[in-house]
Amino acid sequence: MKMELIQPFINAADAVLGQSMRCRTSVGEVLMAEKTYERSGIAAHIGFTGDIEGRIVFDLAPSTAAYLASSLSGTEIEAGDEMAKEAVLELANQVIGNAVTTLNNQGFNFKVLPPEVYLSAQGLPASQDTEALLMSFDTCGGAVFMNIALRYTAQNSRKTAVSA
Amino acid sequence: MEQFAPLRRKKDGQPVRYLVVDDSVFARKNLGKMIETFGGEVAGEASDGLAAITEYGRVLPDMVLMDITMPQMEGIEAAEKILQKHSDARIVMVSSVGYQENIVAALQRGARHFVQKPVKADVLYEVVKYVMGDDVVVAAMADGIADSAHA
Repeated sequence: MKMELIQPFINAADAVLGQSMRCRTSVGEVLMAEKTYERSGIAAHIGFTGDIEGRIVFDLAPSTAAYLASSLSGTEIEAGDEMAKEAVLELANQVIGNAVTTLNNQGFNFKVLPPEVYLSAQGLPASQDTEALLMSFDTCGGAVFMNIALRYTAQNSRKTAVSA
Repeated sequence: MEQFAPLRRKKDGQPVRYLVVDDSVFARKNLGKMIETFGGEVAGEASDGLAAITEYGRVLPDMVLMDITMPQMEGIEAAEKILQKHSDARIVMVSSVGYQENIVAALQRGARHFVQKPVKADVLYEVVKYVMGDDVVVAAMADGIADSAHA
């Protein structure tokens, strides 16, 4: 996976999390994941098609999702409340939207599928020829995991010439 | 959340009335909270572009805060359709997807401004003042009495 492709998502996640959680955030673990991804909490899944294909998953423990929901709404929301899921979807929306803005301005043309709450207990494989990057952001509400499995499509491999 | 000097309609001193359009219940709630801190009132909500058109005709708000990416009908098309019927509609696009083509497309169809998510309350407040122009006054914080015209 090219850094130029994933950096906008990292920057966007850092900025959006900082504003949504109302605290400083820092990058925690960064791993290349070879196995399928199994969610640990409330997960939102976003698919991509076009010049860039693959998916990104945001995964938050229920307590972290509740913290995010409380921070976003300004009212106390308990872990397990339906609003916690809505908050994770909104977080995914905002991070992806901000990153897409950067990538689109760099000339990439692709479609983002609407975020969905990922409920399956089964793991998500990275795409056939794509490894997945798993990273966590440490926030005041707990860790937020972002699992990225993206690739350039073959017909647009010229995009690899875009400077990092 | 930070409090702002209340914005009142110049014609009658009443709170500015907003239609909030976003498919995310969270985004609507968050914008609603900001509107409260501006001294405004959420007159209506819609979760897609089609519903926004209906809701606009029902509540005739002073301002629309409109998301772009939504099911049924996207925000830019909804803005265009509202403006075909209500040419004086003040529509501000609010979206996390802020690339240039999107912004230009929205402005070309008549949207008055664009605010990128995550929305900062102070940015939105200034945009509301700018878009409302001479039709809004800034009231004193304590008593809500309009004391100065603000464009």
